[in-house]
Amino acid sequence: MIAMLQRLGHATLENIRGVGAASIMLFQALVGKPQPLKMFPLLVRQLYVVGVQSMLIILISGLFIGMVLGLQGYTILVDFGAEQALGPMVALSLLRELGPVVTALLFAGRAGSALTAEIGLMRATEQLSSLEMMAVDPLRRVVAPRFWAGVITMPLLAFMFSAVGIYGGFMVGVQWLGVDDGAFWSVMQSNVEWQQDIINGFIKSLVFAVVVTWIALYKGYTAAPTSPGISAATTQTVVYSSLAVLGLDFVLTAIMFG
Amino acid sequence: MTTRTMELMVGVFVAAAIAALVFLGLQVANTSDSTRGETYTLVAKFDNIGGLKVRSPVKVGGVVVGRVSRISLEGEYYEPMVEMQISTRYNAFPETSTASILTSGLLGEQYVGLEPGFIDDFVEMLAEGDEIPNTNSAIVLENLIGQFLFSQGDE
Repeated sequence: MIAMLQRLGHATLENIRGVGAASIMLFQALVGKPQPLKMFPLLVRQLYVVGVQSMLIILISGLFIGMVLGLQGYTILVDFGAEQALGPMVALSLLRELGPVVTALLFAGRAGSALTAEIGLMRATEQLSSLEMMAVDPLRRVVAPRFWAGVITMPLLAFMFSAVGIYGGFMVGVQWLGVDDGAFWSVMQSNVEWQQDIINGFIKSLVFAVVVTWIALYKGYTAAPTSPGISAATTQTVVYSSLAVLGLDFVLTAIMFG
Repeated sequence: MTTRTMELMVGVFVAAAIAALVFLGLQVANTSDSTRGETYTLVAKFDNIGGLKVRSPVKVGGVVVGRVSRISLEGEYYEPMVEMQISTRYNAFPETSTASILTSGLLGEQYVGLEPGFIDDFVEMLAEGDEIPNTNSAIVLENLIGQFLFSQGDE
Protein backbone atom coordinates (compact mmCIF):
# COMPACT_ATOMS: atom_id res chain seq x y z
CA MET A 1 0.00 0.00 0.00
CA ILE A 2 2.68 2.45 1.05
CA ALA A 3 4.84 1.29 -1.84
CA MET A 4 1.95 1.95 -4.19
CA LEU A 5 1.43 5.45 -2.81
CA GLN A 6 5.12 6.07 -3.14
CA ARG A 7 5.08 4.92 -6.77
CA LEU A 8 2.15 7.25 -7.42
CA GLY A 9 3.99 10.14 -5.83
CA HIS A 10 7.14 9.31 -7.77
CA ALA A 11 5.24 9.22 -11.06
CA THR A 12 3.55 12.54 -10.31
CA LEU A 13 6.81 14.23 -9.41
CA GLU A 14 8.45 12.79 -12.53
CA ASN A 15 5.71 14.22 -14.70
CA ILE A 16 5.90 17.64 -13.10
CA ARG A 17 9.67 17.56 -13.41
CA GLY A 18 9.26 16.70 -17.09
CA VAL A 19 6.96 19.65 -17.71
CA GLY A 20 9.40 21.94 -15.90
CA ALA A 21 12.40 20.62 -17.82
CA ALA A 22 10.53 21.03 -21.10
CA SER A 23 9.63 24.61 -20.21
CA ILE A 24 13.22 25.41 -19.28
CA MET A 25 14.43 23.86 -22.53
CA LEU A 26 12.02 25.95 -24.60
CA PHE A 27 12.82 29.09 -22.63
CA GLN A 28 16.56 28.68 -23.07
CA ALA A 29 16.17 27.90 -26.74
CA LEU A 30 14.04 30.92 -27.53
CA VAL A 31 15.04 33.65 -25.11
CA GLY A 32 18.30 35.44 -25.60
CA LYS A 33 19.97 37.77 -28.05
CA PRO A 34 18.45 37.15 -31.47
CA GLN A 35 20.95 36.28 -34.17
CA PRO A 36 18.97 36.66 -37.39
CA LEU A 37 21.96 36.27 -39.71
CA LYS A 38 23.04 32.99 -38.15
CA MET A 39 19.52 31.76 -37.62
CA PHE A 40 18.05 32.41 -41.04
CA PRO A 41 19.81 29.72 -43.14
CA LEU A 42 19.10 27.15 -40.41
CA LEU A 43 15.46 28.23 -40.33
CA VAL A 44 15.12 27.94 -44.11
CA ARG A 45 16.53 24.42 -44.01
CA GLN A 46 14.05 23.44 -41.31
CA LEU A 47 11.17 25.13 -43.11
CA TYR A 48 12.06 22.91 -46.03
CA VAL A 49 12.32 19.72 -43.98
CA VAL A 50 9.30 20.36 -41.76
CA GLY A 51 7.03 22.27 -44.11
CA VAL A 52 7.71 21.55 -47.75
CA GLN A 53 8.15 17.84 -47.20
CA SER A 54 4.86 17.63 -45.26
CA MET A 55 2.97 19.50 -47.97
CA LEU A 56 2.15 16.55 -50.19
CA ILE A 57 0.56 14.40 -47.48
CA ILE A 58 -1.41 17.41 -46.22
CA LEU A 59 -2.73 18.30 -49.67
CA ILE A 60 -3.73 14.74 -50.54
CA SER A 61 -5.41 14.07 -47.18
CA GLY A 62 -7.19 17.42 -47.39
CA LEU A 63 -8.54 16.64 -50.84
CA PHE A 64 -9.84 13.22 -49.81
CA ILE A 65 -11.34 14.42 -46.52
CA GLY A 66 -13.14 17.21 -48.37
CA MET A 67 -14.44 14.75 -50.94
CA VAL A 68 -15.71 12.38 -48.24
CA LEU A 69 -17.40 15.28 -46.45
CA GLY A 70 -19.08 16.26 -49.71
CA LEU A 71 -20.31 12.74 -50.33
CA GLN A 72 -21.51 12.00 -46.80
CA GLY A 73 -23.05 15.42 -46.32
CA TYR A 74 -24.91 15.16 -49.61
CA THR A 75 -26.51 11.79 -48.85
CA ILE A 76 -27.93 13.14 -45.59
CA LEU A 77 -28.84 16.68 -46.69
CA VAL A 78 -30.59 15.56 -49.88
CA ASP A 79 -33.20 13.78 -47.75
CA PHE A 80 -34.25 17.17 -46.37
CA GLY A 81 -34.02 18.93 -49.72
CA ALA A 82 -31.30 21.06 -48.16
CA GLU A 83 -28.35 20.04 -50.29
CA GLN A 84 -27.49 23.73 -50.75
CA ALA A 85 -26.31 23.60 -47.15
CA LEU A 86 -23.50 21.32 -48.33
CA GLY A 87 -21.19 24.30 -48.96
CA PRO A 88 -21.25 25.71 -45.43
CA MET A 89 -21.19 22.22 -43.93
CA VAL A 90 -17.98 21.30 -45.74
CA ALA A 91 -16.38 24.72 -45.25
CA LEU A 92 -17.21 25.11 -41.57
CA SER A 93 -16.23 21.59 -40.55
CA LEU A 94 -12.92 22.00 -42.37
CA LEU A 95 -12.10 25.51 -41.18
CA ARG A 96 -13.17 25.06 -37.59
CA GLU A 97 -12.20 21.49 -36.78
CA LEU A 98 -10.77 19.17 -39.38
CA GLY A 99 -8.28 21.59 -40.88
CA PRO A 100 -6.36 22.41 -37.69
CA VAL A 101 -6.83 19.02 -36.00
CA VAL A 102 -6.07 16.63 -38.86
CA THR A 103 -3.17 18.81 -39.95
CA ALA A 104 -1.76 18.66 -36.42
CA LEU A 105 -2.19 14.87 -36.24
CA LEU A 106 -0.58 14.34 -39.64
CA PHE A 107 2.14 16.84 -38.73
CA ALA A 108 2.87 14.92 -35.50
CA GLY A 109 3.17 11.69 -37.46
CA ARG A 110 5.09 13.08 -40.42
CA ALA A 111 7.31 15.84 -39.03
CA GLY A 112 7.12 15.47 -35.23
CA SER A 113 8.38 11.90 -35.20
CA ALA A 114 11.18 12.84 -37.60
CA LEU A 115 12.24 15.74 -35.35
CA THR A 116 12.33 13.46 -32.30
CA ALA A 117 14.31 10.75 -34.08
CA GLU A 118 16.76 13.26 -35.52
CA ILE A 119 17.50 15.02 -32.26
CA GLY A 120 17.49 11.73 -30.34
CA LEU A 121 20.09 10.36 -32.73
CA MET A 122 22.14 13.54 -32.39
CA ARG A 123 22.08 12.94 -28.66
CA ALA A 124 22.97 9.24 -29.06
CA THR A 125 25.86 9.94 -31.42
CA GLU A 126 27.02 12.73 -29.09
CA GLN A 127 26.69 15.42 -31.73
CA LEU A 128 24.98 17.62 -29.16
CA SER A 129 27.88 17.16 -26.75
CA SER A 130 30.34 18.03 -29.54
CA LEU A 131 28.42 21.23 -30.21
CA GLU A 132 28.71 22.10 -26.54
CA MET A 133 32.43 21.35 -26.69
CA MET A 134 32.71 23.90 -29.49
CA ALA A 135 30.89 26.43 -27.28
CA VAL A 136 27.83 26.31 -29.51
CA ASP A 137 24.60 26.12 -27.59
CA PRO A 138 22.70 23.16 -29.07
CA LEU A 139 19.43 24.62 -27.79
CA ARG A 140 19.96 27.75 -29.84
CA ARG A 141 21.41 26.04 -32.88
CA VAL A 142 19.44 22.78 -33.07
CA VAL A 143 16.20 23.24 -31.12
CA ALA A 144 15.23 26.85 -31.82
CA PRO A 145 15.15 26.75 -35.66
CA ARG A 146 13.14 23.54 -35.60
CA PHE A 147 10.66 25.02 -33.14
CA TRP A 148 10.12 28.16 -35.21
CA ALA A 149 9.87 26.14 -38.40
CA GLY A 150 7.11 24.02 -36.85
CA VAL A 151 5.23 27.03 -35.50
CA ILE A 152 5.41 28.85 -38.84
CA THR A 153 4.54 25.97 -41.10
CA MET A 154 1.63 24.31 -39.33
CA PRO A 155 -0.91 27.15 -39.68
CA LEU A 156 0.11 27.49 -43.33
CA LEU A 157 -0.39 23.77 -43.83
CA ALA A 158 -3.79 24.01 -42.12
CA PHE A 159 -4.86 26.77 -44.54
CA MET A 160 -3.81 24.63 -47.48
CA PHE A 161 -5.64 21.65 -46.01
CA SER A 162 -8.88 23.61 -45.65
CA ALA A 163 -8.65 25.19 -49.09
CA VAL A 164 -7.95 21.90 -50.83
CA GLY A 165 -10.65 20.18 -48.76
CA ILE A 166 -13.26 22.76 -49.73
CA TYR A 167 -12.27 22.25 -53.33
CA GLY A 168 -12.65 18.48 -52.87
CA GLY A 169 -16.13 19.00 -51.42
CA PHE A 170 -16.93 21.26 -54.37
CA MET A 171 -15.75 18.64 -56.85
CA VAL A 172 -17.90 15.90 -55.35
CA GLY A 173 -20.90 18.03 -54.41
CA VAL A 174 -21.22 20.29 -57.42
CA GLN A 175 -19.46 18.62 -60.29
CA TRP A 176 -20.41 15.05 -59.53
CA LEU A 177 -23.62 15.09 -57.51
CA GLY A 178 -25.11 18.21 -59.06
CA VAL A 179 -25.62 20.62 -56.15
CA ASP A 180 -26.22 24.09 -57.61
CA ASP A 181 -22.93 25.87 -58.20
CA GLY A 182 -24.02 29.36 -57.17
CA ALA A 183 -25.97 28.16 -54.14
CA PHE A 184 -22.96 26.12 -52.99
CA TRP A 185 -20.70 29.19 -52.89
CA SER A 186 -23.25 31.84 -51.96
CA VAL A 187 -24.67 29.91 -49.00
CA MET A 188 -21.10 29.16 -47.97
CA GLN A 189 -20.17 32.83 -48.15
CA SER A 190 -23.16 33.91 -46.14
CA ASN A 191 -22.31 31.40 -43.41
CA VAL A 192 -18.53 31.57 -43.13
CA GLU A 193 -17.17 34.56 -41.28
CA TRP A 194 -13.57 35.70 -41.47
CA GLN A 195 -13.22 36.49 -37.79
CA GLN A 196 -15.31 33.72 -36.32
CA ASP A 197 -14.18 30.83 -38.48
CA ILE A 198 -10.94 31.50 -40.31
CA ILE A 199 -9.14 33.45 -37.58
CA ASN A 200 -10.26 31.04 -34.88
CA GLY A 201 -9.08 28.11 -36.98
CA PHE A 202 -5.74 29.89 -37.37
CA ILE A 203 -5.44 30.38 -33.59
CA LYS A 204 -6.22 26.70 -33.08
CA SER A 205 -3.54 25.54 -35.48
CA LEU A 206 -1.05 27.95 -33.94
CA VAL A 207 -1.66 26.44 -30.49
CA PHE A 208 -1.39 22.92 -31.90
CA ALA A 209 1.82 23.88 -33.68
CA VAL A 210 3.46 25.05 -30.46
CA VAL A 211 2.33 21.96 -28.53
CA VAL A 212 3.25 19.35 -31.15
CA THR A 213 6.65 20.84 -31.98
CA TRP A 214 7.45 21.37 -28.34
CA ILE A 215 6.63 17.77 -27.39
CA ALA A 216 8.60 16.43 -30.37
CA LEU A 217 11.69 18.50 -29.53
CA TYR A 218 11.58 17.75 -25.81
CA LYS A 219 11.14 14.03 -26.37
CA GLY A 220 14.04 13.99 -28.79
CA TYR A 221 16.27 16.11 -26.58
CA THR A 222 15.72 13.90 -23.54
CA ALA A 223 15.59 10.54 -25.34
CA ALA A 224 17.66 7.77 -23.82
CA PRO A 225 20.72 7.56 -26.13
CA THR A 226 20.04 3.97 -27.22
CA SER A 227 18.09 2.39 -30.07
CA PRO A 228 15.11 1.39 -27.88
CA GLY A 229 15.28 4.81 -26.21
CA ILE A 230 14.93 6.66 -29.49
CA SER A 231 12.21 4.30 -30.65
CA ALA A 232 10.27 4.85 -27.42
CA ALA A 233 10.73 8.63 -27.65
CA THR A 234 9.40 8.67 -31.21
CA THR A 235 6.34 6.65 -30.23
CA GLN A 236 5.73 8.90 -27.23
CA THR A 237 5.94 11.99 -29.43
CA VAL A 238 3.17 10.76 -31.69
CA VAL A 239 0.98 9.47 -28.85
CA TYR A 240 1.38 12.49 -26.56
CA SER A 241 0.99 15.09 -29.25
CA SER A 242 -2.10 13.39 -30.70
CA LEU A 243 -3.71 13.22 -27.26
CA ALA A 244 -2.72 16.79 -26.47
CA VAL A 245 -4.12 18.04 -29.77
CA LEU A 246 -7.45 16.27 -29.35
CA GLY A 247 -7.81 17.36 -25.73
CA LEU A 248 -6.83 20.96 -26.43
CA ASP A 249 -9.16 21.01 -29.42
CA PHE A 250 -12.12 20.39 -27.15
CA VAL A 251 -11.04 23.12 -24.75
CA LEU A 252 -10.42 25.63 -27.55
CA THR A 253 -13.71 24.79 -29.25
CA ALA A 254 -15.56 25.25 -25.98
CA ILE A 255 -13.94 28.68 -25.53
CA MET A 256 -14.34 29.85 -29.14
CA PHE A 257 -17.70 28.44 -30.18
CA GLY A 258 -19.20 27.37 -26.85
CA MET B 1 20.01 19.83 -52.05
CA THR B 2 21.62 23.21 -52.57
CA THR B 3 20.58 26.22 -50.53
CA ARG B 4 19.15 27.82 -53.66
CA THR B 5 16.77 24.97 -54.47
CA MET B 6 15.79 24.75 -50.84
CA GLU B 7 14.95 28.44 -50.67
CA LEU B 8 13.03 28.07 -53.90
CA MET B 9 10.96 25.21 -52.49
CA VAL B 10 10.25 27.16 -49.29
CA GLY B 11 9.15 30.06 -51.48
CA VAL B 12 6.78 27.78 -53.38
CA PHE B 13 5.47 26.47 -50.06
CA VAL B 14 4.75 29.93 -48.69
CA ALA B 15 3.19 31.02 -51.99
CA ALA B 16 0.90 28.00 -51.93
CA ALA B 17 -0.13 28.86 -48.37
CA ILE B 18 -0.88 32.45 -49.35
CA ALA B 19 -2.89 31.23 -52.33
CA ALA B 20 -4.88 28.98 -50.01
CA LEU B 21 -5.50 31.88 -47.65
CA VAL B 22 -6.66 34.14 -50.47
CA PHE B 23 -8.98 31.40 -51.69
CA LEU B 24 -10.40 31.01 -48.19
CA GLY B 25 -10.74 34.75 -47.78
CA LEU B 26 -12.61 35.27 -51.00
CA GLN B 27 -14.26 31.85 -50.84
CA VAL B 28 -15.18 32.03 -54.45
CA ALA B 29 -14.76 30.85 -57.86
CA ASN B 30 -17.22 33.49 -58.96
CA THR B 31 -18.19 31.70 -62.08
CA SER B 32 -21.36 29.81 -62.73
CA ASP B 33 -22.72 28.16 -65.83
CA SER B 34 -25.71 30.38 -66.51
CA THR B 35 -24.04 33.68 -65.75
CA ARG B 36 -20.73 32.92 -67.38
CA GLY B 37 -21.68 33.94 -70.92
CA GLU B 38 -23.43 37.04 -72.12
CA THR B 39 -26.11 38.33 -69.78
CA TYR B 40 -28.64 41.10 -69.70
CA THR B 41 -30.22 42.80 -66.70
CA LEU B 42 -33.82 42.71 -65.55
CA VAL B 43 -35.11 44.36 -62.42
CA ALA B 44 -38.14 43.62 -60.28
CA LYS B 45 -39.65 45.34 -57.27
CA PHE B 46 -41.03 43.28 -54.44
CA ASP B 47 -42.79 44.12 -51.19
CA ASN B 48 -40.66 41.66 -49.30
CA ILE B 49 -37.72 39.63 -50.54
CA GLY B 50 -37.56 37.26 -47.54
CA GLY B 51 -34.22 35.47 -47.47
CA LEU B 52 -33.16 36.20 -51.05
CA LYS B 53 -29.43 36.86 -51.42
CA VAL B 54 -27.07 38.12 -54.06
CA ARG B 55 -26.05 35.20 -56.31
CA SER B 56 -29.31 33.37 -55.60
CA PRO B 57 -30.51 31.59 -58.74
CA VAL B 58 -33.25 32.81 -61.08
CA LYS B 59 -35.25 29.88 -62.40
CA VAL B 60 -37.85 29.27 -65.07
CA GLY B 61 -39.74 26.09 -64.37
CA GLY B 62 -36.87 24.90 -62.15
CA VAL B 63 -34.15 25.59 -64.76
CA VAL B 64 -31.54 28.15 -63.76
CA VAL B 65 -31.43 30.99 -66.29
CA GLY B 66 -29.59 33.64 -64.27
CA ARG B 67 -28.48 35.04 -60.94
CA VAL B 68 -29.50 37.82 -58.63
CA SER B 69 -26.78 40.45 -58.98
CA ARG B 70 -27.87 43.25 -56.68
CA ILE B 71 -30.46 43.86 -53.97
CA SER B 72 -31.25 47.39 -52.87
CA LEU B 73 -33.99 49.65 -51.56
CA GLU B 74 -35.27 52.02 -54.22
CA GLY B 75 -37.46 55.06 -54.44
CA GLU B 76 -39.41 57.17 -52.06
CA TYR B 77 -41.16 54.24 -50.42
CA TYR B 78 -38.04 52.10 -49.97
CA GLU B 79 -39.22 49.25 -52.09
CA PRO B 80 -36.82 46.32 -52.25
CA MET B 81 -35.47 46.08 -55.78
CA VAL B 82 -33.79 42.98 -57.14
CA GLU B 83 -31.46 43.14 -60.12
CA MET B 84 -31.03 39.93 -62.07
CA GLN B 85 -28.49 38.91 -64.69
CA ILE B 86 -30.26 36.65 -67.17
CA SER B 87 -28.42 34.67 -69.80
CA THR B 88 -28.92 36.10 -73.28
CA ARG B 89 -29.86 32.61 -74.47
CA TYR B 90 -33.22 33.34 -72.79
CA ASN B 91 -33.88 36.85 -74.07
CA ALA B 92 -37.57 36.62 -75.00
CA PHE B 93 -39.56 37.14 -71.84
CA PRO B 94 -42.76 39.06 -72.54
CA GLU B 95 -43.58 41.99 -70.29
CA THR B 96 -46.55 40.05 -68.93
CA SER B 97 -44.13 37.68 -67.16
CA THR B 98 -44.32 37.24 -63.40
CA ALA B 99 -41.39 37.12 -60.96
CA SER B 100 -42.02 35.41 -57.62
CA ILE B 101 -39.75 34.71 -54.69
CA LEU B 102 -40.02 31.02 -53.93
CA THR B 103 -38.35 28.57 -51.60
CA SER B 104 -36.79 25.34 -52.79
CA GLY B 105 -38.02 22.59 -50.52
CA LEU B 106 -39.16 23.15 -46.99
CA LEU B 107 -35.84 24.37 -45.61
CA GLY B 108 -34.04 25.27 -48.81
CA GLU B 109 -32.69 28.48 -50.22
CA GLN B 110 -34.92 31.16 -51.71
CA TYR B 111 -34.77 31.89 -55.42
CA VAL B 112 -36.57 34.03 -58.00
CA GLY B 113 -39.07 32.07 -60.07
CA LEU B 114 -39.76 33.64 -63.47
CA GLU B 115 -42.96 32.68 -65.23
CA PRO B 116 -43.26 33.75 -68.87
CA GLY B 117 -46.59 35.44 -69.62
CA PHE B 118 -48.85 35.46 -72.65
CA ILE B 119 -47.90 37.11 -75.93
CA ASP B 120 -50.25 39.03 -78.26
CA ASP B 121 -49.85 41.92 -80.67
CA PHE B 122 -49.56 44.55 -77.97
CA VAL B 123 -47.13 42.78 -75.67
CA GLU B 124 -43.45 43.66 -75.98
CA MET B 125 -40.44 41.64 -74.96
CA LEU B 126 -38.37 42.63 -71.92
CA ALA B 127 -34.98 44.01 -72.83
CA GLU B 128 -31.84 45.14 -70.97
CA GLY B 129 -32.72 47.09 -67.84
CA ASP B 130 -36.49 46.62 -68.04
CA GLU B 131 -38.62 46.06 -65.00
CA ILE B 132 -40.82 43.01 -64.57
CA PRO B 133 -44.15 44.60 -63.54
CA ASN B 134 -45.88 41.59 -62.00
CA THR B 135 -44.24 40.30 -58.85
CA ASN B 136 -45.16 38.05 -55.95
CA SER B 137 -43.27 38.63 -52.74
CA ALA B 138 -41.74 36.08 -50.49
CA ILE B 139 -44.17 34.43 -48.13
CA VAL B 140 -43.31 35.30 -44.56
CA LEU B 141 -44.52 32.55 -42.28
CA GLU B 142 -45.34 34.89 -39.39
CA ASN B 143 -47.59 37.06 -41.59
CA LEU B 144 -49.31 33.96 -42.90
CA ILE B 145 -50.02 32.73 -39.37
CA GLY B 146 -51.17 36.22 -38.41
CA GLN B 147 -53.62 36.36 -41.32
CA PHE B 148 -54.86 32.89 -40.49
CA LEU B 149 -55.49 33.79 -36.85
CA PHE B 150 -57.16 37.06 -37.92
CA SER B 151 -59.51 35.28 -40.31
CA GLN B 152 -60.31 32.73 -37.60
CA GLY B 153 -61.33 35.60 -35.30
CA ASP B 154 -63.90 36.87 -37.80
CA GLU B 155 -66.01 33.76 -37.79
